[in-house]
Formats: sequence, C-alpha cells, structure tokens
Amino acid sequence: MQPEMQSSELNVSVLLSVGAHPKTARSRRADQDAKALELALSLPKARVAAIHAGDAGDEALRQYLGMGLPALQVLPQPKEADVVPVLVDYLRQHPATLVLTGGKAEQGESSGMLPYLLAQELGWPVVPRVAAVESVGNGKAAVLQALPRGQRRALTVSLPCVLCIDEAAPAPRQSAFALGQRGKIEVLSAAVTTDSERADWTVQPARKRPKRLKVVKAKTAADRFKAATAKASGDGGQVIVPKTVEEGAEAILKMLKEEGVLR
Amino acid sequence: MITSLLSVLIFIALALAVIGAVRRARLWRQGQANPVDIIGGLLKMPRRYLVDLHHVVARDKAMSNTHVATAGGFVASAVLIVLVHLFELDSRILAWALLLTTATMFTGAIFVYRRRIDPPSRLSKGPWMRLPKSLLVFAASFFVLTLPAAGILPEGAGGWLLAVVLTAGIVWGMGEMFFGMTWGGPMKHAFAGALHLAFHRRAERFEDGVGRSTGLKAIDLTAAKLGVEKPADFKWNQLLGFDACVQCGRCEAACPAFAAGQPLNPKKLIQDMVVGLAGGTDVNYAGSPYPGKPIGEHGGNAHSPIVKGLVDAETLWSCTTCRACVEECPMMIEHVDAIVDMRRFLTLEKGATPNKGPEVLENLIATDNPGGFEPGSRMHWAADLSIPVLADVKQTEVLFWVGDGGFDMRNQRTLRSFVKLLKAAKVQFAVLAHEERDSGDVARRLGDEATFQQLAKRNIKTLSQYGFKRIVTCDPHSFHVLKNEYGELGGHYEVLHHTTYLNELVQSGALQVSKHQGGSVTYHDPCYLGRYNGEYEAPRELLRSLGIEVKEMERSGFRSRCCGGGGGAPITDIPGKQRIPDMRMDDARATGAEIVAVGCPQCTAMLEGVVEPRPEIKDIAELLVAALVEVDEPAGQKSTGQKAAVQTAEPVKMAAASKAAAAKTGEPA
Repeated sequence: MQPEMQSSELNVSVLLSVGAHPKTARSRRADQDAKALELALSLPKARVAAIHAGDAGDEALRQYLGMGLPALQVLPQPKEADVVPVLVDYLRQHPATLVLTGGKAEQGESSGMLPYLLAQELGWPVVPRVAAVESVGNGKAAVLQALPRGQRRALTVSLPCVLCIDEAAPAPRQSAFALGQRGKIEVLSAAVTTDSERADWTVQPARKRPKRLKVVKAKTAADRFKAATAKASGDGGQVIVPKTVEEGAEAILKMLKEEGVLR
Repeated sequence: MITSLLSVLIFIALALAVIGAVRRARLWRQGQANPVDIIGGLLKMPRRYLVDLHHVVARDKAMSNTHVATAGGFVASAVLIVLVHLFELDSRILAWALLLTTATMFTGAIFVYRRRIDPPSRLSKGPWMRLPKSLLVFAASFFVLTLPAAGILPEGAGGWLLAVVLTAGIVWGMGEMFFGMTWGGPMKHAFAGALHLAFHRRAERFEDGVGRSTGLKAIDLTAAKLGVEKPADFKWNQLLGFDACVQCGRCEAACPAFAAGQPLNPKKLIQDMVVGLAGGTDVNYAGSPYPGKPIGEHGGNAHSPIVKGLVDAETLWSCTTCRACVEECPMMIEHVDAIVDMRRFLTLEKGATPNKGPEVLENLIATDNPGGFEPGSRMHWAADLSIPVLADVKQTEVLFWVGDGGFDMRNQRTLRSFVKLLKAAKVQFAVLAHEERDSGDVARRLGDEATFQQLAKRNIKTLSQYGFKRIVTCDPHSFHVLKNEYGELGGHYEVLHHTTYLNELVQSGALQVSKHQGGSVTYHDPCYLGRYNGEYEAPRELLRSLGIEVKEMERSGFRSRCCGGGGGAPITDIPGKQRIPDMRMDDARATGAEIVAVGCPQCTAMLEGVVEPRPEIKDIAELLVAALVEVDEPAGQKSTGQKAAVQTAEPVKMAAASKAAAAKTGEPA
C-alpha cells in the first residue's frame, strides 16, 4: 500500500471502544479514544473514518457521534471475540494513512496490546503515548510523544502508522446530544474469531492495589511545588544499555526479584 | 374645510395602522406554531391589563398614575375621535367627553414629558424622547379641534393659520399614535403588548392574582432541531412578547449580571430579538448596551443564526436565571424562557457549553451529580445519624430530599442541623440515600434538556416505588424542579422547602425554640424560593419566632438580588467587572447585620465565598438548631459544648461513628 505523498486528503481511521466511568462503571466514550477522535477531527484535510469492533447497540457510541461524526462503522463482535483479525481485515480493505487508537481500553482485558498487535499484522510502525500530531506529509508524520511531567519528545515516523493517543492529548470536544442522536451507526458484516486463549481464563474483579502512603514533608508552598514538579531523583537505579534481548530481560528479571515482585 | 380634511386624515391613519398591524402580525407568525385560545384570550385581555399588568406598573406609583392618565386618556380619545370626527356624530355630550379625555391625556403626557427631562439611564432614548411631545401634540390638537363641536368656539374660529397648525399637529399626532403603533414606533408597545397579554405563552400567570408559572417547558427530544437557533425558531407568541417591550429598562436595573458588568442586558437582549424578527442591525437601539459590547456591530434576520449574529454566546451564558427581569417586566415578557431556549441549541446541537459546563454535564450523565462524586458516598455526611432509608422502610410521612449539597462539606452542616430538627420534632422521615439523583436543575438551565429529562424520569421512577406524603428539601433548586418541572414528565408531588416545613412545625408547637443568642440578622431570599415559588413569608416568620427582627436589605422579597449561583452561572463563569456575590454582600453589609440568614446551598456557597471581613452566613436550620429546646432530654445530660449532633434517639451508636462522620464533614468532634 502506498502512502499518499503530499496528500490533498488524508485518510485517518480512528478505532473507538466503549469506555467505563471510573466511579460508576457506566459505559461512556472512552477518554483516550475520545482524545484520539478529537485529534483526528482537528487534523486539517483529514477524512476521518471511525470504527468500533463490538456491540453496535451500545448507547455510548452516540457520544462519539455527538462530537460531529456523521457516521460510525461497527464491526459486530461478541464480548469473547478477538478483535485484532477483524480490524486487520478492515484496515487492509480500507487503506488508511494514520490509524489512531487510545492507549488501552477502559474495560475488558485493557492490556493495551491491540495497537501493537495491529501494527505487527500490518507491518506498520507504532508510536505509543502520542500527545499531538504536528504534520503529516511526504510519507512521514511528525508527532509529539508525551513523557512524564509534561515533557514532550518529537518523533518522525514513516507512514502508514498506528498512533496510540495518550491522556496528555488535548481534551475531547463536548458531545452534543442532538448530533449523537442523528449520527448513523453503520453495521458492517464481519467474521468473528473467538479468543481461544481467553476462553481458559478465569476472570475476577480486580483487587485495589495497595498504594504507598505519601507523606507530605513539605512545609511551605514552594516545597510542595518542588515536590510536585521536580524530577524523581531515582536513587539506586542504573541505566543499562543491553547488547542482546536476553541480557535486557535478565536485568529486568533481577530487578523484579530484588523488589520482591517475583519470588 | 378642516372637518372634511380631518375625516380623510383619520381614515388614512387608521387604514395605514391596519395595514401595519397585518404586516407586524406576519412577522410574528414567522415563529413556530403554539396554539392559543384566540377569542378567550382577547376576552381576558382587559382584565390581564387592568389587574396583572397594572399590579406590576403600580410598584412605581408616579409612573402608574402617569400611565393611567395618558393611556386611558388616549384609548378613550381614540374611540371618541372616530365617533366625533370620522363618523361626525353630532353630539355635544360626545364632544365634551372627548374634551375631557384629551385633557386627561394631556395632563398625563406632561408627566411623561417631565420624566424625560433628565431620564434615568435605564430608559431608552432615541424615538422614546420624541414620544411625550407626540402625546402632547396629539392631545392638544384634538382638544382644540373638538372645541367647535362642543359649542365652545364657533366653527372656523382661528382662521387659516390655526387650521394649518392643527392639521400639522394632527398629522404628527396620528402619525405617532396610529401609524407608529403598528409600523414600529414607540407606541408599538400598546398594540403588541395588548395582544401579548391575550396570547401569552404562560396564561397560568394571570390566574386570579395568585397565578404563577415559572417551570421551564419541556421540548421534544426527537425534533428535527433542538432549541432555538434563529428568531423564527421561537414560538410565535414568544416573538410577539419580545415585540411588546416598552424599553423601560426595569429589567436592566434589576439584572445582577448587568450590574456586575457581564455582557448581558435583558432589555437589549429583547430588543435584539425584535431586530431579529424584523431584520436589520442594532444600530438604532438607544438604550444601555451589553456591558463591554459596542452598539452597531450586531444584526440579523428571522432566518439567520442568533449567536454570533444578533448576540454573542457570552451574553446568553451570563444569565443566572434569577427571574428578576421577568418579575419587574410590566409587559410580562419571559426573558428566562428565551435565554434557556437559545442555550438549548448551543448545548444540544453545537456542544458549545462554555468553561466547566461540559465537565459538569458529563459528570451528571455518568455519576448523577455535578461534582462527579461516587454516588455511593451521597450519604456519608449522615453516617452517624441512623436516618431511615426508603428502600428499607418503603413508607414514610416526609421524604427528605437531600440534594447534591450532601457532597458539600459546608452544606452538610445545614443538612445535619435539619435532621436534628426533624428528630426533635419527632417527624417520621426517610431519605432515598444512594437512590437519589441530581434533580436536573443545573443540566436543564445549562440547556441540556436531554440529561434533565433522563435524570427526572429516573427520579420519578424511583419515587413511584415508595409511599410518602410530602417531599421536604433544603435546596430551593431541587424544590422548584420537583414541584414545578417534574409534572410535565409525570411526577406530581407535594413539595416543601425546609423553611416552610420548619415553620409549620414551629407554629404547631412540634418544635420548641428559645430566643436567638447571636448578633443581628438579615435575610437573603433565594430566587428559586422567592420569585420562582412565592415563598417570602415562612423564612421570615421562622426568624421572628426566634425573636429576630430581620434587618431587611434594600433589595429583598420579590426584589431580592441573586447571589450569582443560579442557572449554572458559576459553571459557565462569564467574566464581568465585579462578582455578583460581592455586590450582594455589600447589600447585606449596608444593613449592619452580623449574620446573613440563608435558605439555599447555592446562596451559602456564593456568599461564603466573599472575602472576610463580612457577616457570617447561616442557614435558617442552623439558627434554629442553636436555639432548639430539646424537651425530652433531662437537663443534666444536655450536651451544650458538643456540636457533633448528638441525638436523643440513638445515644448508643454514637461514639465510634460520630468521629468518622465528624472527620468527613469537617465538624469539630
């Protein structure tokens, strides 16, 4: 597939999932996916296609339509399906220059693996934690990657590519009720591949992770500001530049054992 | 000679007036259909004019008398002119009557003229400055003209000179009074105003002097367009209402947003809608502008979008929906309806709610409360109070509607006080706890009718499962919405504000209170309790029963000034020159009172946000608790120093639970 050079029109596919509100678990537009859609809608000359692999009847999809999408394509998939093959098929049939996704889903496996698996199948590069797309053209996209504490890293990536949009991307526009009601949900026909690995899993509600207590030692506002913004000093760590994959894995394993994560 | 010319002139003026009336009516009919009782409305119109409208005008006695003389004189004169000078009925009595009416009109017009010598800033100038002269000329000309018919002067007295002067006077006078009335002159207010009274969209307002109609009207969420985008999207009788505006500027003088320098002036807004319905620009508008927005830059027509054409969005979002303008309007125009209609379009169709609006609406959709708090934490403030929950007891006397104030630490103090009073009065009550949702007030006033209807329908469904006699709430916004806005969606309840209910308890002797011990007190009327629901007396009676003599503010009762917290105004937060609560606190300071008694969580938050030094803010329930006489408790055990709401009913569970609750509510344990 040839990426468009100096394209007059840019084909952008946004993959949208149904999110879950952190307080009530009510279904909603997923935060990162909504940011991905916002980014797509604000790209100049972009032709945006929005795709959801899942339940076409979910009312939360209307919240995406409310952002000004005239239509949304749904590849109907049951909960237990593996959505990677059907999305790969779709993207092969409907070539896109940019595929935007959120970092990870707000429900289900929420592994954050989907963009990587897609990119692997398609043979495209993938950029995680994208905060902004600065320019697209000449077979390349200039993007900004979000790093901790508001830092950004400028990257250039060859097209086509998969971009995972980070929380640091601009907030999504308000969803307008009437637009959401009037937007079309187009149900496409799609094959279903059952996730065989998943079938063996037992699923249970997540336990709340224990949190390290944060003792605020700062006495003054200036101290608190410093504590909130300063780089972590990271004592005890070391920078390893592994020669081989095995060497790197070894180092990670060693650290996990030291920390008592693995026993 | 002059008599025949006169009949022709009168005929021409009346014919032109009729043509103008038809043209004007066609402008109104650009609006959407809204069936009204045409005959019935016209029959009721005189009463609505003489009773309801006059009631508003009569708040300014001098102006009211002026208007009675001028308008009464004019209407009677107009009828008599047709009889005497057009049909030329030869009757001395009629002629004398006409002399009397024109003289009355002339007298009134002198006072109109005097008011215009140094007019207050709220009055529009321009053509309105011409009106008193036109009135004088009209009255004087016809007075002199009628003298021969009354037999005082001989026919043809005064000769040609007088005839020419009189003819000029008649042309001017009738031009203003008949032609101008239907072709857009200042007298248009009489013509459009009369019809507006007849075909008012809220006919309930006029029922026997006690009529009240303040609930917003629901819209069909499946319609092709939601809300009002263009002037033609208003109902036709709303357009007619705008056209009735007499530009007296009473709304402007009452509007808190205007006073705070936010870009809103209710009078200008209505005039912009008139520009919209007739087409053109606001360049001829001769009143105060929207603060910070020059005149002459906006325009449009009935079929072009209002926002960015006729008005800017900030203007619409500045409104606190306090209804002060509607209360003051002698023409019974419904400003708040119009503003919310236009907001609905911006929110539902454009997704353009400003500032924190979208966040609040998303929270309401996802968590049923505007703050995005966990719904399960709604009753944390009452962890130690053992309040019965309706889901367990199913039946109760009083359903205590907590409202979103339950999430707010300051308001929790009010809620706890109220519970203590209910317990002291041995009232059987219960709460919905986590089954309660936001009433939908903020969503609706931010234009999100969809979220309002969803919240309302779910609340109605919840309420339908239980038995209760009445709902009592400490939040006037919930009170108003439950009482006046759920009906349209199928929820009919007897709802009371806590001050009304507490007053009942105190008056019936169920609650015994001693004298108030603190400093002097003024009372701030919440808009949604006072102007929206007419409850001015119960809070004052309660305060009197505490032995408090309320030091009334200059703006109190139906003229109370908004705290700035209504209509989602703190959420949309349109900048102005000063803050509305600061202005309100200045009103309170002027009374010298040490305590401002309030009855609304919004007012409490807004007024307490004013920097100190300032009077203390206390909910009436808090004042009552401080003076509560607990009859059952043996005197020795009376907990005086401890404020953590020790209950006489369950002293056992207290020790551990109250510490937790106190930590949460921020009360001293």
